Amino acid sequence: MTESYAPPLLEVVGPTSGALLRRRIFTHKGLLIGLTLLAIVLLLALLAPLIAPHDPYAQDLTQRMIPPLWYEKGTWAHVLGTDNLGRDYLSRVIYGARISLLIGFAVMMISGLIGAALGLAAGYFGGRTDMVVTFFITIRLAMPVILVALAVVAMVGGSLWVVVLVLGLLKWDRFAVVMRAATQQVRSLDYVTAAAATGASTPRIIVGEVLPNVLPQLIVVASVEAASAILLEAALSFLGLGVQPPLPSWGLMIAEAKAYMFFSFWLIAIPGTALALLVLAINMVGDGIRDVSAPSGRG
Amino acid sequence: MAPLLSVSGLTVDLATPRGTLHAVRDISFDINAGETLCLVGESGCGKSMTALALMGLLPNSATRRARHLAFEGGDLANVTPRKLASLRGNRMAMIFQEPMTALNPAYTIGDQLIEVHRRHKGSTYAAARERAIELLEKVGITPAGERLGQFPHQLSGGLRQRVMIAMALMCGPTLLIADEPTTALDVTIQAQTLRLLIDIQRDLGVAILLITHDLGVVARVAQRVAVMYAGEIVESATAASLFRKPRHPYTRGLMASIPIPGRTPPGERLGSIPGIVPSLIGEVRGCAFRDRCAFAFAPCAETVPWRADNEHGWRCTLPEVPAEAAA
Amino acid sequence: MLAFATKRFGLALLVAVTVSALAFLLLRASGDVAIALAGEGARAEDIENIRRIYGLDRPLLVQYFDWLWKMAHGDFGQSLYFKTEVWPLVMEKLPTTMLLAVFSLTFALAVSIPLGILAAVYPNSWIDRLCLALAVVGQAMPNFFFALILIMVLAVSLHWLPVSGSESWAHFVMPTITLGYYIAPVFMRLVRAGMIEVLASDYVRTARAKGLSQTSIILKHALRNALVPIVALSAVQLGLLLGGSVVIETIFALDGAGFLAYQSITHKDLPVTQALLTLLSILYVGLILIADIANAWLDPRIRVG
Repeated sequence: MTESYAPPLLEVVGPTSGALLRRRIFTHKGLLIGLTLLAIVLLLALLAPLIAPHDPYAQDLTQRMIPPLWYEKGTWAHVLGTDNLGRDYLSRVIYGARISLLIGFAVMMISGLIGAALGLAAGYFGGRTDMVVTFFITIRLAMPVILVALAVVAMVGGSLWVVVLVLGLLKWDRFAVVMRAATQQVRSLDYVTAAAATGASTPRIIVGEVLPNVLPQLIVVASVEAASAILLEAALSFLGLGVQPPLPSWGLMIAEAKAYMFFSFWLIAIPGTALALLVLAINMVGDGIRDVSAPSGRG
Repeated sequence: MAPLLSVSGLTVDLATPRGTLHAVRDISFDINAGETLCLVGESGCGKSMTALALMGLLPNSATRRARHLAFEGGDLANVTPRKLASLRGNRMAMIFQEPMTALNPAYTIGDQLIEVHRRHKGSTYAAARERAIELLEKVGITPAGERLGQFPHQLSGGLRQRVMIAMALMCGPTLLIADEPTTALDVTIQAQTLRLLIDIQRDLGVAILLITHDLGVVARVAQRVAVMYAGEIVESATAASLFRKPRHPYTRGLMASIPIPGRTPPGERLGSIPGIVPSLIGEVRGCAFRDRCAFAFAPCAETVPWRADNEHGWRCTLPEVPAEAAA
Repeated sequence: MLAFATKRFGLALLVAVTVSALAFLLLRASGDVAIALAGEGARAEDIENIRRIYGLDRPLLVQYFDWLWKMAHGDFGQSLYFKTEVWPLVMEKLPTTMLLAVFSLTFALAVSIPLGILAAVYPNSWIDRLCLALAVVGQAMPNFFFALILIMVLAVSLHWLPVSGSESWAHFVMPTITLGYYIAPVFMRLVRAGMIEVLASDYVRTARAKGLSQTSIILKHALRNALVPIVALSAVQLGLLLGGSVVIETIFALDGAGFLAYQSITHKDLPVTQALLTLLSILYVGLILIADIANAWLDPRIRVG
């Protein structure tokens, strides 16, 4: 006698994955704060020509070293004071945001594309390709990034684009590792093998399966690399081997202000804090995305 | 003679995001020296919580209350955590369900056996080592000396569980609590391990509180049995009496749903208990089993009395439940 | 265990050789070396001279093997800026950097391990939040900015420490704190996460059931397992420290290999730069190798059979 299939007593009805995701995002304080901060910086950078009270390159030696508003000698004309060449600091900080964001974004995109492509190839083709890519990654890991960047910039000459290119060509390793792992995982799924057996287009399947699954991890890595790139550019510019003056790179501003820091601490404090806040925002967003996209099992 | 362990009115509440979960509700039982009491019930009935409560291993979110809790004549309810820690592993010991993960992978078997003896008895390394070898041989692991230097991952599940038993016995406890010790093992190893527990009890006079969901295990090992359902003890008797004449509808349902060799007539349909365990969050009044009981009626929603017939006790509004359940 | 180590060593060697070739190529490829060496406003014949003197007109491969051969014999050539032999110069400065790296790592571990343990044992308490805040700030703060702040506070305002130089132990304090704080957050998070996971494990529950003391449970049973990834991370972070020392040594005028790297790069001292790049890469490779082996040794489950 055949068993009748009894309908389940309880029907489990839960929120759809989209609604669940939205709920998680809106309750994650870190993510929200980070996104807000990031949005503010982005807005400042985009609207720089409209918001900045002065031309960041305009020197006025009669207005040198004016302290920010909250000091005794501060003035509303220069809310964050002026530097040793009389340039308005607020304007320079706002325009400096452009540089940092540009660096972060561009390096992230370049290294992300290189790394993801390599990782995908390694995971998909396996065998020799995998060995070669893994070897590349190990080689890359054996090179001290800042030293190589310094050396190359010294040879070629420092500029924004040189920095972007050098960092972009160096910082792809983590992307590659993550992509490779994700691709290998997907490739071993049963239905992929089955699809291949029936002659279905395997590359399309794999890419179609890998990308959605690996996207959160990639975003997290992207945030880490972007933050790291911003700090690296700042360090390079600080050492004089990054962005060249008179560009208002925050790192460069700190370098220029170093000589005066004992008497005018704000000259290094302001760009330094700006850097820290931007990197903090990016890290919070990255951490937040990682938490929010954790498998549902953790609840 | 006073019982070795005396529990009266034990309650365990868990704080959850959705409210207070009453995991263990006012249970009482005794264990005498050298006897085996089995605590039977399905997953979630509170039996593991009971064991953890006795040992003082409850999570931070849990609160434990008891009218009376005595072990070896001393109060167990109001002891300091320090005193409780000095009893654990020493006078009362516990083994768990998963032998594969219960041992520390970074240290040798010997190390883990020896440390508990040195901790509670203050013995020298040599003395503790000798005791470890003695116990390993007792649980049937030879050559004991070699095994001492091995790491947990080098042993099979059955062997690891034996090591756990040896470890529990290192300081000569009077009570051994075993939480589903055979559930994670292969069937043949299960039988061996149960055999071992029986032997240990006979040779060392250790009292055993065995927690299980498997009536088969109960039949093999238990002298006395307490059946738990939804945080309460619904029936308590000697093993013989329980199997001969189960009183509580739940116990009956359990027995009817498993084939017992020699008792269940061949070709007979196995029963099942309809419904699911009720939620224990928030207030729970009356008999927790009434939604699934074929004999429930209005008074079951109020306080349910405890009935007793000699040593056999059960919790039910009806003094006598008909032998044949309505279909 | 031995087979494992040998295989890893062979791989490391291959990587080291490749990296040295890359370092060589990189420097020569990123610009005409002769022009860079000659400096601005040099005449064409000067450039040609330089080309001939330094053998830069030979095929690249020949130049590479020549360099490799000389390197194998410990001859890294002459420093263009310092006018002395490269190898002794590097060897003179290297100990300072090594010392700084070890100090910084020790400092980072000394701070992050206890904090990580505390944060894990009391999750979501004020200690936990404080540790998290410290970690977050540490990861966001540019290390050179932190160095400057330290100088302002400890050297200038309080006069506790000397601003720069490398004569005494006191000169190492601020650089150590700066670099230590640079790498500490990663460790702290790892320790915390590892401890939380381990404290919830079955074998820690067993340890509790055995009535062992809280100290023994945390330090003996839990920490031993939670620290396994720390050792590997230490090796990797050590590598990062060696690289990061460039900026820090320069700020504090600490006379180590990092400062030397900065000087050689800014003065286009090719032989020194090359030597340092190669040396550092080989050190990196060695550190990764040590990390792999340490991992296998610490987790008995990894060394199969």
